[in-house]
Amino acid sequence: MRRLPVRLRRAGLPYLLLLPALLLELLVHLVPMVIGVTMSFKELTHLFLGNWGAAPWKALGNYRISVDVNAPVGAALLHSFWVTCVFSVLAVGLCWLLGTAAAVFLQEDFRGRGLLRAVFLTPYALPVYAAVITWAFMFQRDNGLVNHVLHDQLRLTDGRPFWLLGDNSFYALLVVAVWKTWPFAFLVVMAALQNIPRDLYEAAALDGAGRLRQLRRITLPSLRPVNQVLVLVLFLWTFNDFNTPYVLFGKAAPEAADLLSVHIYQASFATWNFGTGSAMSVLLLLFLLVVTAGYLLATSRGRKRADA
Amino acid sequence: MRILRAATVSATVTALAAMASGCGGGTGPGGGGSNDSPRTLTYWASNQGPDVEADKKVLGPELKKFERQTGIKVKLEVIPWPDLLNRILAATTSGQGPDVLNIGNTWSASLQATGALLPWDKGAFDKIGGRDRFVAPALGATGAAGKDPAAVPLYSLTYALYYNKQMFKDAGISRPPTTWNELVAAGKRVSKDGKWGLGAEGGQLANNIHQAFVLGKQHGADFFDAAGKPSFTSDGAVAAVKQYVDFMAKDKIIAPGNAEYGQNQSLRDFATGRTAMVLWQAAATTFAADGMKPADWGVVPVPVPSGTPGSGRQTNSMLAGINIAVFKNTHNLNGAQKFVKFMTGDAEQKLLNKTYGSIPPVRAAQQDPAFDRQDTRVLRETLTRSAAPLPQVADEAQFETSVGTAIKDLFADAAAGKPVTTGSVKARLAKAEQQMAQ
Repeated sequence: MRRLPVRLRRAGLPYLLLLPALLLELLVHLVPMVIGVTMSFKELTHLFLGNWGAAPWKALGNYRISVDVNAPVGAALLHSFWVTCVFSVLAVGLCWLLGTAAAVFLQEDFRGRGLLRAVFLTPYALPVYAAVITWAFMFQRDNGLVNHVLHDQLRLTDGRPFWLLGDNSFYALLVVAVWKTWPFAFLVVMAALQNIPRDLYEAAALDGAGRLRQLRRITLPSLRPVNQVLVLVLFLWTFNDFNTPYVLFGKAAPEAADLLSVHIYQASFATWNFGTGSAMSVLLLLFLLVVTAGYLLATSRGRKRADA
Repeated sequence: MRILRAATVSATVTALAAMASGCGGGTGPGGGGSNDSPRTLTYWASNQGPDVEADKKVLGPELKKFERQTGIKVKLEVIPWPDLLNRILAATTSGQGPDVLNIGNTWSASLQATGALLPWDKGAFDKIGGRDRFVAPALGATGAAGKDPAAVPLYSLTYALYYNKQMFKDAGISRPPTTWNELVAAGKRVSKDGKWGLGAEGGQLANNIHQAFVLGKQHGADFFDAAGKPSFTSDGAVAAVKQYVDFMAKDKIIAPGNAEYGQNQSLRDFATGRTAMVLWQAAATTFAADGMKPADWGVVPVPVPSGTPGSGRQTNSMLAGINIAVFKNTHNLNGAQKFVKFMTGDAEQKLLNKTYGSIPPVRAAQQDPAFDRQDTRVLRETLTRSAAPLPQVADEAQFETSVGTAIKDLFADAAAGKPVTTGSVKARLAKAEQQMAQ
């Protein structure tokens, strides 16, 4: 029996060991994605749902509709895209800021620290639906807690503003999204802070570095690798978030808070036009892939330079 | 990497389909039913009671009754409303579904177009006692005109005008309104000191559609032409939508806050005496749950221009309800038809509709005194005399989303104090029509 050369065998072993996982990965992730991409080239409406293989090919038709920004569908999609971009940048920024600030302050040892940590993590532990529906009631114009505090007690607003309709809905959505996600940033940064050697701070203190300087020179650079992943994950989560806007606004979100995920849901699932919905989803996927690749490229290059 | 949830859902649905057919388990669509497993049935019931468990308690003994009569064991699954359509679509895609299922009657034409449901031709209808057992409007909501129905009516509901007797008395209104002018006048007399005339659910797309559809009928307008093409911008349609939004914008009998209501808050407002009137289907149980006594509220037909409900321009309700359908890929065709016969039989119709507060679409079952109480009589008479089904077109779901959203946006305008004019209404509806054309 001929035997494979040792080098080849040795090189092949990891792949062999990975094979079962790879096959499962294919089944669970790639196959549905490939089917989803296939659907985007088809005219898949309810007429062909029973036998979706028979749906006519539409080539790039679904994509043309989606990117034609002069027609209503494309224009609405583009609007929704910008809203989502602005929303994601703000939400990720605020989540990171809040999370890091809270984690840094909780580094100090003081009474009630454990309790405070637990309280900070509550939003993350609550079921999404229950939490967001509570916000929806709090944001109600006539009976909501928010207006009761802002208008009735503090008299900050002239009339009772709507929070779930019109332009204010963007801020309502932002508040809920940040509230829901920042504990995750807090948790990750807190864990990362444990890994920074205490001696560094002691040495810096001996050299006369103040709190702020320590933060800038030691804490933030040490958090860099963690931040790189954290920001990316937060961005992807926020950009794709479906539950928050859906529970807050229902099927039809106000224009100011028309996030892509709900927009695509409305453009496809609520109207049974799965081909167009798939095309929009694929476009979104491509955009996120480009952003992720660009981000990883830029940040890792920056790190290499810093390491050198 | 996680892709968008919507894409994942759709991909999962199709992947399931691929896997099902790959495993050789799927019966190809169009294969029709078989009688491979004559001893069992799977039944997907919609959630009619307060919760899923309550439905299981109601239906369980009835299914046992059916088992004793026929020897067929029925496996029951009660499916909550938010999931029902998705489950049906997934079953349609994979060909793997229940034998018998409940559908919202507004989905009839859309699901009919998918070809997933067994058509009820004359032969099939004869097996359950013939078409004539059912009232005509209910039959109108079982599929597109000119095609064999995709389902059979099971529970029917119509809209009525609920009013708070004490609030009417306090405002010196002697009798409930029968025309819209009277309703607006009554509403204006009530609307002061934090109290309002009428409640609305501005953020509930389906409800917006139901109201606009009926007002459209009264203006002689249909939202779809005879060929099934959308015609949202006709004068009648625009006038209908404007009339509804004007209750808030011009007449000011709806509180501006109602523009964002979408979780039945308007019913709570009614039960707590904040609004005097509400247009709703079978709201009695909800009011009672909110602590109102049946003597506190009155029920009358929804107003019409002439004051006397009838057909055509005197239509005063959309025909809401649940249909029962047989899945085309059933493995127990005979059993499924027997089960539909059982569920639409007089005895079950009386019992189930009584329990759920709906009206039987079966004529003979309507004779029961339970459907002759103050509230049920109004619903029953509306059902037989002056209700019309929503447009039975395959694009009904799109209609609900696009026009429902247009009305939601108009309510938002009205609530923010922006003017609602014929022009602005027409512009919103034109945009909705464009979305249909994609």
